[in-house]
Order: sequence, then structure tokens, then C-alpha cells
Amino acid sequence: MHSSDQFCTFRVDDLYLGIAVTQVQEVLRYQEMTPVPKAPGAVHGLINLRGQIVPAIDLRTCLGLVARAEDAPSMNVVIRMEEGCCSLLVDAIGDVVDVAAESFETPPQNLNAAARGLIRGVYKLDDSLLLILDVEATLALDLVLA
Amino acid sequence: MWCPMGWFPSPPVVIGSDPGAQGYVPRSDECGAAPMGCAQPVGGRMVDEVIQEFLLETRENLDLLDNELVCMEEVGADKDLLDGVFRSVHTIKGTCGFLELTRMERVSHVGEGLLSKLRDGQLEVSTEVVDGLLAMGDALREMLDACEQTGTDGDKDYADLVERLAALRDGGAPAAAETAGTDEVVSEGDAYGRGIALLFGEATEEPVSPAPEALSSPVESESASEAEPSPPSGTTKKADNIRVDVALLDKLMNLVGELVLARNQVLQVADGLGQDSAFAATSQRLNHITMELQEGVMKTRMQPINNIWGKFPRMVRHLASICGKNVRIEMEGQETELDRTILEAIKDPLTHIIRNSVDHGIESPEERGRLGKSPDGLLRLRAYHESGQVNMEIVDDGRGIDVRRVRDKAIENGLISAEEATRLGERELMQLVFSPGFSTAAQVTNVSGRGVGMDVVKTHIERVGGTVDIQSEPGIGTTLRIKIPLTLAIIPTLIVSSGAQRFAVPQVSLVELVSLDGPSAIGQIEHIHGAPVYRLRGNLLPLVYLNDVLGLKGQTSRQRVQEASLAGEGLTINLVVLQAYEQQFGLVVDEILDTAEIVVKPLGALLKEMSAYSGATILGDGRVALILDVLGIAHASHVLAEHRSPNRPADEDTSAGEGEVTQLLLVGCGGERRVAISLENISRLEEFDAADFEEVGRGDRVIQYRGSILPIMDLALELGLPHTPLEPHVPISVLVYQQDGHHVGIAVDEIVDVVEENLVLHRRRGGGGVLLGSAVIGGLVTDVVDMERLVAQSSTDLYQSHIAELA
Repeated sequence: MHSSDQFCTFRVDDLYLGIAVTQVQEVLRYQEMTPVPKAPGAVHGLINLRGQIVPAIDLRTCLGLVARAEDAPSMNVVIRMEEGCCSLLVDAIGDVVDVAAESFETPPQNLNAAARGLIRGVYKLDDSLLLILDVEATLALDLVLA
Repeated sequence: MWCPMGWFPSPPVVIGSDPGAQGYVPRSDECGAAPMGCAQPVGGRMVDEVIQEFLLETRENLDLLDNELVCMEEVGADKDLLDGVFRSVHTIKGTCGFLELTRMERVSHVGEGLLSKLRDGQLEVSTEVVDGLLAMGDALREMLDACEQTGTDGDKDYADLVERLAALRDGGAPAAAETAGTDEVVSEGDAYGRGIALLFGEATEEPVSPAPEALSSPVESESASEAEPSPPSGTTKKADNIRVDVALLDKLMNLVGELVLARNQVLQVADGLGQDSAFAATSQRLNHITMELQEGVMKTRMQPINNIWGKFPRMVRHLASICGKNVRIEMEGQETELDRTILEAIKDPLTHIIRNSVDHGIESPEERGRLGKSPDGLLRLRAYHESGQVNMEIVDDGRGIDVRRVRDKAIENGLISAEEATRLGERELMQLVFSPGFSTAAQVTNVSGRGVGMDVVKTHIERVGGTVDIQSEPGIGTTLRIKIPLTLAIIPTLIVSSGAQRFAVPQVSLVELVSLDGPSAIGQIEHIHGAPVYRLRGNLLPLVYLNDVLGLKGQTSRQRVQEASLAGEGLTINLVVLQAYEQQFGLVVDEILDTAEIVVKPLGALLKEMSAYSGATILGDGRVALILDVLGIAHASHVLAEHRSPNRPADEDTSAGEGEVTQLLLVGCGGERRVAISLENISRLEEFDAADFEEVGRGDRVIQYRGSILPIMDLALELGLPHTPLEPHVPISVLVYQQDGHHVGIAVDEIVDVVEENLVLHRRRGGGGVLLGSAVIGGLVTDVVDMERLVAQSSTDLYQSHIAELA
């Protein structure tokens, strides 16, 4: 861990999550998605991102949370990876926050089993707990969920 | 300052003690270890570029050299050929000298001398000479590779090779002085040469080779006019072409792809605005321009197939000599063009096929002699364009593949059972060579292994969307046919919709569209053994419901269709007839929308495992649509019969056996028994619920059927076989038999299969009664029923039928 890290934060249900800014390509508002029949459960659909076709993964599904309400639109956190991009569907986008490395701790016990596998750790902030998402694990898990 | 890349606007750098020199004189004593021979590099990048250019050109020259040498060996001492070869080597030598690649220069110098003798007729073109020159080419290639890595021509000392070439050279005439090199001036038609001649005025290149060449001073005053008249072809060939970085072409291709998408969107907007708007006219222009641009850019990616074929003559020569055989290679259609990426992909499969042919296919000269064949084996390669695809044939006149051995080997290796093997046609058996784990080669050789790898060949070819087919006749030869699409990136498709979602179907797999309308539409779908089929001009087409394959909630799922059928509703059924290998099938979709040219975009790592889709695209309105993978869907729906293709038209049977080929319906009847009925008069295959049967007259059973009354006959009962009483709510298979306007339904236990057989009837001695006789079908003795007799003799009364005939 470096002395100070920057994280892009967002909310999924009542979880406050963050991903290192270096991994995030951009954040977008709700994008129309084309569903992919028979795809793994967490793959919500495909987005047209300036001519590139990007899969959208619903984090609620990955984290074992209840599905989003029908009329609640999702926001997109587009992750940059070696083989291309991928978008994570979240409920709301937060700010970019700086955290001090010393405030890093192991994940709390009160997370459900699915979520615990995907959280690398937490940063204790003044008034909240920032859970750090393990992006690789999230995307690997997705392939297993058929 | 001059450099091989051109003139540069920097002041001339004078080095060395020659006051008259315009620029720079490469002197070996000064240059030392500098790989380029430039004591003062113009700039690191410039040096690199010169070396890159040199590597590229020399490699091309060496490839050309290979082919010329092999040709020369076959054709003999042809003056033009020899001139060409000599020039190639001469050019290489000169360039090496300029770049201070001393070892390369030494090797090519000796080769050049040898060629000079050949050209002057002082030496014969023999196998040893050609071998030696080929070895020289290989050595030069090695040194080129070293140059690429390290900037120098490597550490290997090619003294042996030099000696060998010198011996060959000197073999036919009194030992010529090695001063031959000094007479040559590096000023042939190559850029370097001309530049140097300009640079030095009348100076000559200094041969840097340490061989005992009599060379007095570094700068000789031999006039440049001693140079051989440079053949005009050398320069003009270069002027028509331009070298472009492949990455740049790929980028252009991508951009054109984006343009195509944007154009689609513009056209969509234009449609909305109406035909007469100014925008419509402009968008049409944009459309035309985009189409032409797309064509043009796609052409840049096209390369002649000779780019891979060119290596084969030498490879075949080499392989043949290792295997102790004589093989001639003939090529037709070398200029046929293919997309670059596809070319790359099929290079290895083709190489493998050729290795197989030479190693296992073509017999040794002795064996060929015994068989009355010419001692030289012939390998013929043919390529041509046809209907949007490139067709390639590789034909050898070797020993061929015995389909019986294929069958035996397949059974031995557990690929199929003996019983299945009897039901396979010759073509299907032959295709087994492409199965993994298959091999018929008697021994392992180190040329092509055990002859395995045909499955890898097939996989590689299929990966680029191609197909491969093998045919062979024992003793005559083998033919491999490969079909590959012309390009992958932008394809024409048909847009369909199912479950409120749009999908793109590649037109390359599209055969035709069939629309079934009206209340009788659904009735036209029949079921064999539970699987839905449609009779298309006499052939049974298996049906696949897209809604079911993808789990969508559309109006044409199997269940929904059945419901509509029972309720007597009219439903329009759209069939997209697709081709998967040899098999056709009908894909049932909700709606057929439009044709569209789309850009294929990969699905990405996360989704690439999905067999139903081969990619995705962006449609005119900016929405994403999935591209259906026809083969994937066919596999998933079990439409690709491993062993049987019920789609074969009746006249394709190749063997001329006794008896006629008839389509027979195999039914289960009376428990275990099987009975065959000619499909001729059977108009429909239906499933009824016994509860719907009604009784009339003296216990005859009938059913209301399509506006008429259909009498039901129990086949087992009629044939005197044990029969089970018909139970309600159990679907009963009924064959609707028609004759002279009368229909009757024949209830059987189950419909087993439709077979095509050379019907060889064995008649019973005592007359058959209602049986035509018995035949062996599918390995079992089966009774063949004479339906006419049966119906005539039956006590079931027939009604005059009002059932409408199906078209």
C-alpha cells in the first residue's frame, strides 16, 4: 500500500465501495443495455460505449444483494482491463476520496458470504466505512455464476 | 549529408583523409565495430530504419531466391532465371558490403562467383549446386536474424559453407582467382548502389572480405560505367508499390468499421426525414463514399495466396528428398487474394496437409513404378473465388485413403461403435479422419508425426469460419477442399427479432426464408420422434425455435406454437433456413426484419465462451445486437446429426446396389417388432390423444381431423401382432396414409426413424400377404408392409376424404 491512495467510490444498496482510480476508465449515467440471453447471471447486458461493446456486470448480483427496483436506474463504473473494458452497475456514484494507508483494515464480519469474497479490505473514514472491491475476483466469479 | 534514406539538410561531414570525397567513405579500418559502418551516426533512428529496410528487402530477395533455385533445378540452366538469381545474390552482396556485414558479404560473394560461372555456362546446374546455393540462402537468413537481434551479422563462422561453395564454383573450371569480386561495382539497380555511386563519383566499394582478393587501394578509380546495365525491371517494380506498416492498415480498417456504423446511423436518421429532404441526398452520397472506401481498405488487407504458397516448392523439395520420394508441385490461382489474418491462420494447416501428402500420401518411386504410376508424385494446389468464399483444393496422386481402414481405425480407437459405422455413408466415414485421436499412418515419422493433427487442421480452419472436406480413392489419390470466407470484419447479415430482441444472422450461412401463414401454417410442422420438422420440397428440415434456444419469451416458442395449434389460432411462422456444414435446418423466429451490413465486434473475454453468439454489433439506431453463431446453435440443438443427415435428397446415393433407393418409415409395432413402410403415400405424421377418438359403425375408430373424419387403423392389429390397447392422454403416433383420395390413419407404437435404403426385398415363399417381404434395415431384419394391400384388406371403412392436400 502506498502512503496515500485515491479511490473512486460508489454505492450499491447500503454498501459504500471503492475501486482504485487507476483501474477506473470512466463513470457514466444509466446506459441502455442489450440483454444477453443465456449469459452468466451477473451479466446484465451489453453497452455501446462510443462504438465499443462493453459488458455490464451487475454488482448487486455479484455481492449477493437483492435486485434493484424496476424503476431505479443503474450507473456505470467502467473498468479498464487488459482484454478490454467492463462496466460495473452500481446504484449511485460517489466522490473520489483520498485515504491514508494506515486506516486500512481487514473486512468486517458482518458481510454476507458472497460479498466477503470480493472485498479486499476497508478504510475507516470519519463517518463511514469504505469497502475496497477486488475487481479481478469480481470478474472471475462472474464466469462461474451461470 | 547523404544516407541511404535520402539527402539530409545537414552540412556534409568529412571524415578521413580524402579531400575529394563528397561525404563519407566507409573504411573498414575506421569503422571498427560500428555495425552500420557509419563512423558518425546520423541519428539512432536513421540507423535503425536503414537496417530495417535492409532486413526486409534482403529477406524478400532470399525468398525469391529460393523459388528461383528450385525452379532452376527443375527447368535447367535458363538464361533469364540465372540472370535473375545472379542479380539477387549480387544485390545482397553489395548491400552487405555497404553495411559492413563482412561475414554475409563473404558468403554471398562466393555464391555470386558460383552463379557467375553458371550464368556463363562454365558450370552445370546440378543438385549439389542448387543444394549449395540453398544452403547459402539459409546461412544468409541466419545472419539476417542475428543482425536483427544484435546489429552485427553474428558470431558464426561459415567457413565450411564458403569452402563448399568455393569448391563447387571451382569444380568446373580452372581455379579462378578470387579477384572476381573486384570487378563488380555496387551500382546495380538497387538504391544503395546508386547512392554510393553518386557519393563516390567514380569510386568503387571496397570489398571488405579478408579472402585473398587482390585489392590495392580502398578507393579505386574504376569508372561506374563498368557497372552492369541495371535492368529496368528492378526499379520499376519498386516504384509501383509502397511499403506500409501493417498496424497502420489495421487502424484504417477499424476506422472504416466505425464509419460504416456511423453511416448506418445516418441512413436511419435520413429515413426518418423522408426521401426528398436535402439530408437524404447527402446521406446517399455518404453511403456511396463509405461503400467504396470500405471496399478499398478491405483490399489493402488482401494478399495473394502466393504469400504462403511461395514457400511450398522449396519445402516440398526438401521433404521429398528426406522421404526419398520425387514430388512435383503445381499451383493454380496463386494470385487469389485473401484477408491477411485469414492467410496467417491457414498457413500452418496448409503446411501440415502438404507434409502429410508428401510423407504418407505419395508413394516411393519404386512403389509407384510397380503400380504403373509415373515415378514423380504430383501435388496440385488450386485456389479460386466463388460466391464470397475462397475455395482451395490440395490434390495428390498418392495412395489415397482407404475408407475401410478409416472405419476400422475409428472403431478401434473407440470413436464410433461398429453398429454406428454400418449406418454411415462413405463421406461421413471419411470425415472421421478429422476426429481427435485418429490416425492411420503405420509409422511415426519425424516429418509429419503419426499423420495426426488433422483435427487441429480442421479446428484452425473452422476458427476463421472455414470448412474442410476430404475425398479420396485408394490407389488414385486424395483431395482436400477448403472453403474460407473472404473477410471477417464486415459481413452482410439478416436482422431477425425474437422475444422483442434483435439478432443478426450471417448471410453466409443463410439458404432461404420460408414464411408459413394462416391457420394451416402450424399444421405444416410435423414431428418425428418428438423433434419438430418441416417438409421443404420433399426434404425434412429439422426445426429449431430460437426462443427456446435462448430462453426468450417470444411468440414462436415451441410451446406457444403448440398452444396456438390446439386452439386453432393462426400464427405466422418464419423459418430462416440455415446451413451448418452439410446439414440444413430451419430457425423459427418471431419476425424477419431487414438485411444489414454490420461490423463484427468481439464479445470480449467474459462472454466468448457462449456458443450461441459469434460476436456483437451496433445497429443503425445505436443499440447493440448479438450475432448468432449458426454452428453453435446447430450443435446445441442437436441438429447436427453425428452420423446421419436426414436431409440428403434421395438421389445422392453413390453405390449402385441392387434394389432401388426408397425412403422408408421405420415404426415400432406390436411391442418389440419393427416394421417398415414406404414413405411414398404417407402424407403426414401426427400425434393424437386417444381420448379424441370416437367410435362409429361396428366399433371402428375415427378422429375428427382437419375438417374431415379420419378412420384409425391399428397396425399391430392388422398385422396380427400383439397390440396394446390405446390409452387416453398418451400421445399416439399416427401415420396419415392417403390413396386415391382416401385417407386413413395408421396407429403405431412409435415412429422410430426415416431411412433411405437400397431396398433388397426377400420375399416369403408362401406369398407375403400384406407384407412385401423382409429386408435388412439398420442391421435388423425388418418386415416391409404393403400398405395398399393392407388398407384394401382392412375392414376399416374409408371415408371419402375432404382433407385438403398440402402443397
